[in-house]
Order: sequence, then structure tokens, then C-alpha cells
Amino acid sequence: MSALPAGAAPPEAHFRYVLRLADTSLILGQRLAAWIGHAPALEEDLGLANLALDLIGQARLLLTYAAELEGRGRDEDALAFLRDAPEFSNLALAELPNGDFGQTIVRQWLLDAWQLEMYEALAASSDPRLAAIAAKALKETRYHYRFSSGWLVRLGDGTAESHARVQRALDDLWRFTTEFFTPDEIDTHMHALGVAPALAPLAARWAQRVAADLAAATLRHPQTQPYPWHGKRGVHTEHLGHLLSEMQHLPRSYPGVQW
Amino acid sequence: MSQDWPLFEVFIRSRAGLEHKHVGSVHAADTRMAIEHARDVYTRRQEGVSIWVVRSSDIVASDPQEAEALFEPARDKVYRHPTFYAIPDEVKNL
Repeated sequence: MSALPAGAAPPEAHFRYVLRLADTSLILGQRLAAWIGHAPALEEDLGLANLALDLIGQARLLLTYAAELEGRGRDEDALAFLRDAPEFSNLALAELPNGDFGQTIVRQWLLDAWQLEMYEALAASSDPRLAAIAAKALKETRYHYRFSSGWLVRLGDGTAESHARVQRALDDLWRFTTEFFTPDEIDTHMHALGVAPALAPLAARWAQRVAADLAAATLRHPQTQPYPWHGKRGVHTEHLGHLLSEMQHLPRSYPGVQW
Repeated sequence: MSQDWPLFEVFIRSRAGLEHKHVGSVHAADTRMAIEHARDVYTRRQEGVSIWVVRSSDIVASDPQEAEALFEPARDKVYRHPTFYAIPDEVKNL
């Protein structure tokens, strides 16, 4: 998906802004759901499934709203299951593979901390519908963050092996966080309308929270690196297409199929 | 993996004003994880408003061998049940 076309009507930017939030929740939820039956313990299996269900629930609310803003007759299912990878606008970090449990935890923790800031700010949005969705999602996200930051510290400050694995995952994934708070035209435009928050203050709070957790987990803070992916603008890694082929297989093979 | 973690007993308060009730147990590496596991395993359907967890090894239990000595003496003391009182009609929730 390219940048906002010149002269695009505000509803188009509004639609895309909500769609980005929806897609990050949807793709991360889909990723987490793949842990079901494979987590290191029964209790973790349920825990990760709970997070996945929360995220997919957020995605449903946001996709339904995005579909209404778009006003072209698509519904939440059409947006979730009938778009191709370049039309998805999730943060690229959400689509990265689960890896080992440590990598899943690092990915989750980075995104939970991002969602915490975003939903807290969006709960005060001038868009009442978005504010209501954010207020509901914020409660869920506080638990997600509690879960993932607890595991980050447990693994980082755990055994030599758990520390090494989490540090490696952190070093691998860190470059994908550059996208979190880098505003583009849509972010700027929606902020001007009071719908979206300014990203700079959120970035500072996020960085502070993340640094404190890393210190508690005895992990080394990675260096910021050049960043070639722009998930929210539709520029994805090769992993998203594989994820979508699995997620979209059924509704595409059997259009209109009912459960 | 979870077998390496200690066992915690889980108590849930279903509503404000009611007592915590034992609902089961979870494995967890520490108390924070035990609360999270209890939340994820036992409150998925809004079963609770408060959770207690306690290491199973910290619970002191009565010895089944002593059951007779502990519990039999109460058997023939029916007068301890408050069943010999006429309850006024106005009292609804006794």
C-alpha cells in the first residue's frame, strides 16, 4: 500500500489509520495462536491462547470500524481474509515467526509496550468510537504487558542459556521497532484532526519503559539500526505471505463458507 | 518443563463478599507466574474477582490416619447443629 495519495479525502486516511491498528492486532494474534498445543507448559498454552483471543477480538472491533469508514461494502471478514500481503498495514514486527519461546516473548513484550502507549493515548482520541475500542483494549494490554515483561525478566535473568537466547532474539528484532514511532503522512494528518496522538512523547515513554525492563532482565540494550521495512505502508518481510496463506486458506477456497 | 516447577494451590473469590474457595492447582516458577497461570486457567469464564495462590508444600494437612481421633468425636453431638430453634418467619436468610 503506497502512501496517502495527494489530495486524498480525510476518510481515506482515517480508514487506513484504523486499519493499521487492526492489522497489527490481527497478525500478532494469528502468530500467537500457532503456539496452541506447542507451548512449554499447559498453563502457558492457555496463557498465549488468551493473549491471541484478546488480540483477535481487538482486530474484529477495529476491522469492523475500518470497513464502515471505508464505506465500500467490505466487512471485517473481507478485510481479514480477502486482502493480499501488500494491502496489509501491520507493523512488520508482528508478522515475524514465533521462533523459540524466548523470541515470541521478546516480540510480544516490544509490541505490548507499544500498544500500551498507543491505546492509552487513543483512549483520549477525538474519535469516540476509536476511544472506546482503545479503552477496552487497554485493559487487555495491561495484562499482556504484565505477562510478557514478567517472562522477559525471568528468561533474561534466568539461566545462561535462557539469557543468551533472549539476548539474541532482542538483537534480531530490535531493528523492527524503528517503525513504531516514525510518523508518516497518515499519522501526522490524523494527529492534526485530534484522532491520533503525537508519536514523539509516546516514543520517549516507550523507550524509558523498555530500558527499565531490559535493566531488570540484565539484558544489553541493542543499538538502533537502519530499517528497510515499513509494514504500516505495506512493505513487508517474506513471512507475511506465508502467514496469510494459512490464515486465509479456508475462506478463499470456500468463499462464503459458514462455520 | 512445568513438572520442574513447584505446585501452587489456587483459591478464587467468585464475588465480593464471598470467601475464597479452592479450585485446583497450577505449576509455576514463581508467585507472579502462579497468579498469571491461575488467572489464565481458572478465571477464563469470569469465575473470579480475586485470586490467592500458595505453594502446595506450605500447606499443612491433617493426617488421614488420625481421621477417627479428629472427626469421630463430633458425630454424636447433634446438639451443636442449630436445628432446635424455631426460626421466626421474618428471618429470610439464615
